[in-house]
Amino acid sequence: MVKVTVDGIDVDVPPRSNVLQACEAAGKEIPRFCYHERLSVAGNCRMCLVEIEKAPPKPFASCAYPVNEGMVVHTDTPMVKKARRGVMEFLLINHPLDCPICDQGGECDLQDQAMGYGGDSSRYDESKRAVKDKDLGPLVKTVMTRCIHCTRCIRFSTEIAGVSEMGATARGEGMEVGTYVQKALSSELSGNLIDICPVGALTSKPYAFVARPWELKKTDSVDVLDAVGTNIRVDSRGPEVLRILPRLNEDVNEEWLADKGRFSVDGLKRRRLDSCWVKRDGKLVKATWEEAFTAIDGKLKGLAGDRIGAIAGDLADAESMLALKDLMGALGSSNLDCRQDGAVYDASRREFYTFNTSIAGIEEADAILIVGSNPRIEAPLINARIRKRFLAGGVRIGLIGAAADLTYPVEHIGTTPAALSDPAVAEVLKAAKKPMLILGAGALARADGAALLAECWKLAAASSMLTTDWHGFNVLQLAASRVAGLDLGFLPGKGGKGLAGMLGGGVDLLWLLGADEFDTAKIGASTFVVYQGHHGDKGAARADVILPGAAYTEKNGTYVNTEGRAQRGQLAIYPPGDAREDWKILRAVSGWIGKHLPYDDLAGVRARLEAVNPVFARVDILPRFGGNETAAPQGGALGDAAFVPAIANYYQTDPVSRASPTMAECTAAHAPALAAAAE
Amino acid sequence: MTFLDRTARSFLLSELLSGMSLTFRYMFRPKVTLNYPYEKGPISPRFKGEHALRRYPNGEERCIACKLCEAVCPAQAITIEAEPRDDGSRRTTRYDIDMTKCIYCGLCEEACPVDAIVEGPNFEFATETREELLYDKDKLLANGDRWEPELARRLELDAPYR
Repeated sequence: MVKVTVDGIDVDVPPRSNVLQACEAAGKEIPRFCYHERLSVAGNCRMCLVEIEKAPPKPFASCAYPVNEGMVVHTDTPMVKKARRGVMEFLLINHPLDCPICDQGGECDLQDQAMGYGGDSSRYDESKRAVKDKDLGPLVKTVMTRCIHCTRCIRFSTEIAGVSEMGATARGEGMEVGTYVQKALSSELSGNLIDICPVGALTSKPYAFVARPWELKKTDSVDVLDAVGTNIRVDSRGPEVLRILPRLNEDVNEEWLADKGRFSVDGLKRRRLDSCWVKRDGKLVKATWEEAFTAIDGKLKGLAGDRIGAIAGDLADAESMLALKDLMGALGSSNLDCRQDGAVYDASRREFYTFNTSIAGIEEADAILIVGSNPRIEAPLINARIRKRFLAGGVRIGLIGAAADLTYPVEHIGTTPAALSDPAVAEVLKAAKKPMLILGAGALARADGAALLAECWKLAAASSMLTTDWHGFNVLQLAASRVAGLDLGFLPGKGGKGLAGMLGGGVDLLWLLGADEFDTAKIGASTFVVYQGHHGDKGAARADVILPGAAYTEKNGTYVNTEGRAQRGQLAIYPPGDAREDWKILRAVSGWIGKHLPYDDLAGVRARLEAVNPVFARVDILPRFGGNETAAPQGGALGDAAFVPAIANYYQTDPVSRASPTMAECTAAHAPALAAAAE
Repeated sequence: MTFLDRTARSFLLSELLSGMSLTFRYMFRPKVTLNYPYEKGPISPRFKGEHALRRYPNGEERCIACKLCEAVCPAQAITIEAEPRDDGSRRTTRYDIDMTKCIYCGLCEEACPVDAIVEGPNFEFATETREELLYDKDKLLANGDRWEPELARRLELDAPYR
């Protein structure tokens, strides 16, 4: 540790930190624009100037100046104040004073710091420069005249997102930030450019002019559009969710959010189910809750338990899955399934279906083998972690599956499961100290899913992936509800039917809890379908009774991410119309049909959740554990079919993103790339 | 002596007469009351009356939906919704003032960076129903068009003091 004195406060900071970090440690606020703790240091805004004793008598850019033992730093001397005021005056020379029409107004670093550190007037009378706006696609709006050339966006896209598409052309007065060739940003993390831009040069296109930050109610929640469990902040005004921003969580998403989670928000108010519907004479007609419940009750009467089934969708929260499981149990049915894609899991041990290394643990790995997965599409933030690990150096990354640009170089070993037995793979994994293997959940949906799982596990057991303090075997899930579903045992019970068994007339009453991702045409013609969900998607189109549920921003739900980390989302707005929280609907149905579920409030449901599986009691906490048991799951014979991408179109994977016009625009903007990838 | 003085004043009604003389004097002076509504008193250029949304001389509405008036309004009487207009500029789709909530403090006018929302000289906007006092954007713009010469003159008069 290095001892530094900042304004008379002694602090110890790690060697190789910079003066700015030392000042932060001392609790001194240093204004900055270009410096960002997750990006490389550029040192070009000159706002973070401080004075250092026994050094040349000039202000130093603290972000780019390393600390020395015994350094004495001053952050509030007249020289520092004058220097910062001067820098601010220069920054404002070419910055337009259009704060009233700027979407960054109210949350703008330049606005705040001009207030705190700037002067009260400008001496600049000459004409300001103007820069042509760039087209960065349907998500990011640009007003490049506002740009102060901090280069954060350039560094973000090259370092974190891994797409070298943004850059600066020309120098000095003529410098312009943009894409060299005009095209939509091809990153799944492009929305973060909006957060990272300290001024209003890059703002959100769908959110343009919609609201001011001070009008919004901020609710902490969890993203469910992929299985990463990104921590988000839901900004709402009145009955609408207006935008979604990431929330800091070093263990999961750092401070980033993938585009689907951020921009699908307009899908939350379109194609919503806001009242009950009951099919009469082949047509769905609006109905009251009583009518819908009566219709269900009438169908349930005299139906044997094994003729009833339930399928949970990818966005379901643990509470509603538990309530549905309990309801099915009360009806004597064990026909349950949460695996809409037909994936094969061995749920006997939790480590067979979770991301055991943990997302933060990726940074410790020294060899990574990706099997049948494209993390860039399936979990952009996990991909960003792998890229972060790659940038730190000393890691070998192998890919078995469809070739793809993962933003970091990978050794493409093969496209079929046969590549798993490549001796070179085993050699690299054996040589590594902390190797890890990422098995895509898409691969488990193959006919030889069980065999793949067993084969990958054997590969892990043969290397040092399973040691007392390191667990390198990971399954990368695609659906936010999947791990919770498996933890709850939302799987066929003894003698129960799975997804395939329930389809094609296997059951007479099928309860779909937001399940839209399977082929609804395969449901038997005589099967009575109850769809409980929030969007009028495929499942609702086939339904005989529709019960309007709540989307993830409208309920207090528990979700378990691919790591197995239980996290809670909070209600930001109330569900529209007649819609209700899903577990409450199931509780009401149970009362109507005389099979009362034993809980009446959220605390009761959560107590039951904890009783069913203690992982639900550990909210936000994920203990790291080693791979102590090496017994492999049951396998079979590996097939020889090539791996195919699990997600064809990143932007439309669920009812919310399919209902979102912004996501449709993204799909159109990236259509050529998607078509090329499909070929 | 005091007794005599007081008795004489009482019997000669001198106090009454002096009072009456004041009354008569005022009878021939100019009147301070106005024959409202046929006559109206002068009002200051800073008088805070009925609101109006102004336009630029070329007909373009001034308001840019910055929402500062909405934010500053202590009575929370203003409601604004905005979205990009077809030409990409920032405009309101809704600009409502609840005149029954408004306390006529004039902070909206102070906050406005483009002099769009102003409180005009008009104070005669009483209505028969409450609903008529819930002003929308059309009403406010119509007010602006109606009062524009007056509004511009007032701003000009007040400009040296700002």
